[in-house]
Amino acid sequence: MADKILMKGNEAIAEAAIVAGCRHYFGYPITPQTEIAAYMAKKMPKIGGVFLQAESEIAAINMVYGVASAGKRVMTSSSSPGVSLKGEGLSYLAGSDLPSLIVNVQRGGPGLGGIQPSQSDYFQSTRGGGHGDYHMIVLAPASVQEMAELTVKGFELADTYRMTSMILADGTMGQMMEPVSLDIEVKPMIDKPWATTGTKMARKHNIVNSLSLVPEELEQLNFARYERYRTIEENETMFEEYLVEDADIVLAAFGIAARVSKNAVDEARKRGIKAGLIRPITLWPFPKAPFMAAAEHAKAFLSVELNMGQMIEDVQLATGCKAPVYLCNRAGGMIPDPKQVLQSIININGGEN
Amino acid sequence: MAVVFDKPHALTDVPLHYCPGCTHGIVHRLVAEVIDELGIEGRTIGIAPVGCSVMAYNYFNCDMIEAAHGRAPAVATGVKRADPENHIVFTYQGDGDLASIGMAETVHAAARNENITVIFINNAIYGMTGGQMAPTSLIGQVTQTSPYGRDASLCGYPIKVCEMLSELVGPEYLERVTVNSVKNIRAAKKAIKKAFQNQIDGKGFSLVEVVSSCPTNWGMTPKQALEWIDSDMLPYYPLGVYKDRSAEKEGD
Repeated sequence: MADKILMKGNEAIAEAAIVAGCRHYFGYPITPQTEIAAYMAKKMPKIGGVFLQAESEIAAINMVYGVASAGKRVMTSSSSPGVSLKGEGLSYLAGSDLPSLIVNVQRGGPGLGGIQPSQSDYFQSTRGGGHGDYHMIVLAPASVQEMAELTVKGFELADTYRMTSMILADGTMGQMMEPVSLDIEVKPMIDKPWATTGTKMARKHNIVNSLSLVPEELEQLNFARYERYRTIEENETMFEEYLVEDADIVLAAFGIAARVSKNAVDEARKRGIKAGLIRPITLWPFPKAPFMAAAEHAKAFLSVELNMGQMIEDVQLATGCKAPVYLCNRAGGMIPDPKQVLQSIININGGEN
Repeated sequence: MAVVFDKPHALTDVPLHYCPGCTHGIVHRLVAEVIDELGIEGRTIGIAPVGCSVMAYNYFNCDMIEAAHGRAPAVATGVKRADPENHIVFTYQGDGDLASIGMAETVHAAARNENITVIFINNAIYGMTGGQMAPTSLIGQVTQTSPYGRDASLCGYPIKVCEMLSELVGPEYLERVTVNSVKNIRAAKKAIKKAFQNQIDGKGFSLVEVVSSCPTNWGMTPKQALEWIDSDMLPYYPLGVYKDRSAEKEGD
């Protein structure tokens, strides 16, 4: 067992990226993710890496596009308003099938919003974020250890499937400190024969491109991309179940909301209510199977979110309306406390206990 | 038999899609000749813009990347920094791409003295979308979106990119050339070669602005368009070297 050190979630992401072999980071200052950039600014020059503060989020994501084209592991991080600006780049990365890691430490919105934690970019993240038909792999850590582990995993998935992985965290996850082990196994890097690293006069030129003016060809590219997405849905979906097997009321929550929900489930069990929790770790692909299975016995579902109800739509789709799906939420930077979640469970159960 | 004229190796053998009389073909050829002469094709990565030259990625034999509109200098920054010792990186951008939507990326790449080469085609119009007003369109110039002529009271004044960037401490080399005569084409090639040589020598950001023609969207014959460069474009966009830091140092 390797030694654990006390780290902020944001710092754990940065250090894990370095462990994963990322030597290029581009960013622009925005709260509450700034520790990632600060960590990289300190560390990268010492290990032969590149930290560059870009002139904008747009420039940062395009610098990511450049390094990704050259076949190297690269990342940027931001917070909600900044991620909106990166939307164009995310679409181009998808259209050019480039691997990269993007971190969104979410804050309340819309607009400039606030700087307190939120999960209100769920729609934006799970549906792609920019224009066109595409997805990103969206990973939702619920501890500082997971911030680190999913960062490494995110790089590996990105390379394997030639697409963007996003770490979707929130201000709480980014700022809180927990013991973390960075002794994380990293798989060997895979070859990237498509990368634009110079022909060395030994092969035909490589082209990194998202333009395709012949609609029949562009359609085929979209078909092929979605075929790849189906493989990801089959092989890479991740979730955690907690006391779901016999549950009458199944909670759905990710990130910090899942930690709050777990407490509420324990409290409900103490009161004789059979509650359980499904925690999606991949938000895309969404873990439909555990929800479909739970819908066979659950009387109701409760989606607990730091937004106005976004993941609830995926829970409804996955459960096929076999049971009602309720919402327990706070928004704008507020976090539901376990009592509020417990009260929702009690209300769904008929108001007793 | 002695070969007196041949296609540069750095150009692919496919027909260009450009309109008759367009000067993109000339500039492509000059860039390719320079890549050949410097022997850098195998380690060069070019960045194509959005605009008429979007498909430049099909025309150069080196590795190529297509960037989002205006973002080529940021993409080039990433490619260059991925392997600064080996990668030779150039962008090829039009006036809408470089001086309007991508102005921030242009200015900051220059300010950082990013060690890249920028080929900037200024033909004072958006070509690919059918002839709209560009940031470099001249006062009075009639375009689809300035149908009564560019009015300074409504749209302000055309941007002189080389002059503007020359105020920055950062950039190594800025020169404006044109390709409307044999003499000017030879001078343009010399500038482009210097812009690549600077990168090889690690000197930094080198931009060559090429005052170019767009007969289709200017509503002129190719010959008239080349003459209009002399009569209307060059008085506002004078040719010359706007910054050459190494030469300035030597002069000190």
